[in-house]
Amino acid sequence: MTDGKSIPNTLRDQPDERGHFGQFGGRYVAETLMPLILELETEYRKAKDDPSFQAEFDDLLEHYVGRPSPLYFAPRLTEEMRKGAPSGKGAQIWFKREELNHTGAHKINNCIGQILLAIRMGKTRIIAETGAGQHGVATATVCARFGLPCVIYMGATDVERQQPNVFRMKLLGAEVVPVHSGAKTLKDSMNEALRDWVANVHDTFYIIGTAAGPHPYPELVRDFQSVIGREAREQLLSRTGKLPDLLLAAVGGGSNAIGLFHPFLDDPDVQMVGVEAAGHGIESGQHAASLTGGGPGILHGNKTYLLQDEDGQITEAHSISAGLDYPGIGPEHSWLHESGRVRYMPITDNEALEAFQQCCKLEGIIPALESAHALAALPKIAPEMDEDQILLVNVSGRGDKDIFTVAEHLGVEL
Amino acid sequence: MTVENRFSAAFGKGRPSLVCFITAGDPNAEATPAILDALVEGGADVIELGMPFTDPMADGPAIQEANLRSLGAGTKTADILKIAGDFRARHPEIPLVLMGYANPMTIRGPEWFARECAKAGIDGVICVDIPPEEDQELGPALRDAGVSLIRLATPTTDAKRLPAVLEGSSGFLYYVSVAGITGMQQAAQTSIEEAVGRLKAATKIPVAVGFGVRTPEQARKIAKVADGVVVGSALVELVGKHGADAAGPVRELTSALADAVHSAR
Repeated sequence: MTDGKSIPNTLRDQPDERGHFGQFGGRYVAETLMPLILELETEYRKAKDDPSFQAEFDDLLEHYVGRPSPLYFAPRLTEEMRKGAPSGKGAQIWFKREELNHTGAHKINNCIGQILLAIRMGKTRIIAETGAGQHGVATATVCARFGLPCVIYMGATDVERQQPNVFRMKLLGAEVVPVHSGAKTLKDSMNEALRDWVANVHDTFYIIGTAAGPHPYPELVRDFQSVIGREAREQLLSRTGKLPDLLLAAVGGGSNAIGLFHPFLDDPDVQMVGVEAAGHGIESGQHAASLTGGGPGILHGNKTYLLQDEDGQITEAHSISAGLDYPGIGPEHSWLHESGRVRYMPITDNEALEAFQQCCKLEGIIPALESAHALAALPKIAPEMDEDQILLVNVSGRGDKDIFTVAEHLGVEL
Repeated sequence: MTVENRFSAAFGKGRPSLVCFITAGDPNAEATPAILDALVEGGADVIELGMPFTDPMADGPAIQEANLRSLGAGTKTADILKIAGDFRARHPEIPLVLMGYANPMTIRGPEWFARECAKAGIDGVICVDIPPEEDQELGPALRDAGVSLIRLATPTTDAKRLPAVLEGSSGFLYYVSVAGITGMQQAAQTSIEEAVGRLKAATKIPVAVGFGVRTPEQARKIAKVADGVVVGSALVELVGKHGADAAGPVRELTSALADAVHSAR
């Protein structure tokens, strides 16, 4: 057992054979699901060692998803951040453009990997949960591509605030089931997906959208998303001859962040910052920052930081960004937080809205509200770095889906 | 009476036993004792007291709503332990099992939870989302405190896994007869018979069958082969319908179930 505090030789060999990242992770599921979880792990190990699996994954990422996604130097945002900085300060800001992937976010990387696993395992029906709808769209997309029926569970509140994505999923042939329990958001859709899974475990594969849930999901989602970090590393080395000085990404469940971070975890000079959604502010109690404002607990198959009360009841998260509106976080982030390897920082709804507009105006890129949380951390970080240093932000998704939400908050009627 | 004595007495009456589930604090903590007493008066041999959780992933709509009613009424863990302790004082011989999810059980540490269970006279604990693979989260503390860990076996628990499920479990084995959530469809009688036979060949502890059992008729059929029959959602629905006045209807259904189960063989 590791205590989560000591720094081992490598940070990249987690989880252990029981699926634990230090004290986090694990397999906290009903007995009905255990045999399938174990089979999934076995099948994933085989797939990892099978060159034909990797080849098919790579081929689809290149020709269907459109990878590699560009690495982009953001000149005007860089200048903007230098305005208030002392002379010689203000890092170069670069974007990893995951928003240019097919379906408009990083989510598709993971869906391609998981549907290939589902097919390998002979499963004939796909289910998924979704918050903002990005993972739902990505899942519906791969189901259309491979001709498998698809049921997406989505909180009724999220169905309301993400209508364009709901329609997209339907166009792609998915059945979208609104979930009316709890706060009717991402947590509740995950409960409902788990209920479906436990009743249909014989033929159904659950494509989990983030690097959370029971082992081996946090590991395999991270591995599929690590294409982000591996590409960024290669691209930056070939463009600048250097590794980045700091990586920055938004963290809900944390799949885009862990995908960017993981290939750099053993590079001691690369700093990393994960941004949690602080909603109306940590002190307001209305936020989704489980590391900053929560504590360790067990939910949805894994042990991780959760928003909860003293009795272990889960409290409702709040974020303007439906994709971050979840009271937990992937277990590897909990471990990286406690080990101190990654710093996590809260960003409020209002800060994210500012950054959203700034990125539109200065770079001609409409970022997802999730990614806008990462961008909102720039003024707190970039001006303190030297101007020859490189700060790489994961622009994990595009913001077309969010324009209605943003308009509402800006008092604009569309 | 010790824990093992209470379970062996409850399952050692020379006839099948009725296990009844209700959610603690539903509709509120003050109403629960009368409903528990109604279960005993109706003839329940073992009581499962549900520990409400905000996210009851393994439960169907009936028990989900019961969880929300209870939490909505402000039920705290301390209230549940008090309900249990008071029940034990009123009913020294009926085994009492706490059933729920990992997070409320482990939030203050497994030792704390196990100690409080023992103090309240709770005989056993069923934790839905701690499989044998994560036993260290709760199992050792419960066993040290002399509280039974009651594990679930399911239609997907194959012969290879069964020894791990049985290892460290005591009191009784809860066979979840359908792959699914509580209160929904019932399993085919033949598959239940086959499974119970397989489980009884593997363990000496009693085997109780639950999930989807709603009527005395269904319960009687299962009781022909199992040591115990668990009924939950049907009782919880009565509490949902009658609220604080549920004791009467609960006693009536329990009595019909008990007659059917006790006379099945």
